Amino acid sequence: MKTIKILASLTLVVVMSAFTINKVVVADGYKIGDVAADFKLMNVDGKMVSLSDYKDAKGYIVTFTCNTCPYAVGYEDRIIALNNKYASLGYPVIAIMPNNTDVQPGDSMDKMKERAKSKGFTFPYLLDKDQTVYPKYGATKTPHVFILQKTSQGNVVKYIGAIDDNYQDASKVKTKYVENAVDALLKGQEVPEKETKAIGCTIKV
Amino acid sequence: MRILKCLLLLLIVSSCNNKKESESSQTAKQVEETAPEIAATDLEVYDFNGFQKFLQKKDDKIYVVNFWATWCAPCVKEMPYFEKLSQEYKDKDVEVLFVSLDFPHLYESKLIPFVKDKNIQSKVVALNDVDMNTWIPKVDENWSGSIPATIIYKNDVSKFYEKSFTYEALENELKQFLQ
Repeated sequence: MKTIKILASLTLVVVMSAFTINKVVVADGYKIGDVAADFKLMNVDGKMVSLSDYKDAKGYIVTFTCNTCPYAVGYEDRIIALNNKYASLGYPVIAIMPNNTDVQPGDSMDKMKERAKSKGFTFPYLLDKDQTVYPKYGATKTPHVFILQKTSQGNVVKYIGAIDDNYQDASKVKTKYVENAVDALLKGQEVPEKETKAIGCTIKV
Repeated sequence: MRILKCLLLLLIVSSCNNKKESESSQTAKQVEETAPEIAATDLEVYDFNGFQKFLQKKDDKIYVVNFWATWCAPCVKEMPYFEKLSQEYKDKDVEVLFVSLDFPHLYESKLIPFVKDKNIQSKVVALNDVDMNTWIPKVDENWSGSIPATIIYKNDVSKFYEKSFTYEALENELKQFLQ
């Protein structure tokens, strides 16, 4: 009897460890439906910015981006266009630069200021100086978008992923993931595609 | 044929720049005149459907497939480790494949010169498929899309890594497939 018991527990251990080994470690971070934490980060104008500063917002297009990633640069005009279209409708773009600026000096606050000025960013461009915000969100790359909807429970994550389906050519885009998501939220509907994948530059730590 | 198609695409993409347009037309013309082998030695370009065969070989070899780009600093940093691995384990049926995700309009000016300058010995192909949301999960459902990313596989067993490697770490992973 004792042998059987030992055997059984051994089997259990084996099964459990097999499960652990096979289980791919998924990076921590927000899932759809989670409540996202607010932050307080420095903007390119020297002021500190939090989500809660936007009293009239219905939600936010939180976009992790940077100066130095070709994919992020390729999307700059489209990020500006998103803010121009949706800020007045209650969904402003909040851009956050997550890279370690010692590793990537081209993303320093000074360079961010230059970039924001030369491109005419109409949205805050914040530096995640202590690199504490992007891991909480689970951002892994630039560009990486998280759409939040303001609710009585807090800012709920409604979309995670890419801006659209053609990083090379804005004129050839077939599906505008972020626009479709915000449009749906504005109409009180379900976001049609809640998560999308795209190649991006690893966040530099 | 696919290579020609991709070159045509390259031509269209770079047509926004007048100077580049004439350069690309020349290149495309040259390739057309001198048959496909010139283009093949320079660079193989695939969309995901064409590329997929590189992830599905079942010939008892171990394939180490690395997704990278010339603009990706951590990718460039780890490339020598893959090259070294390929050299060290040549006799063990290990093959390294570098899959470039560079922008097509930079193939001529960045990617091809990079491969030559660094004297990359392993095979390099370019993957050009804008519909990333469709193909990224087909490579691995847990891939968020950041690079470098690597797959090691042998027949039906494969392992995916969305991270940078040191040589030791890479060798350790390979050894799991050698046993």
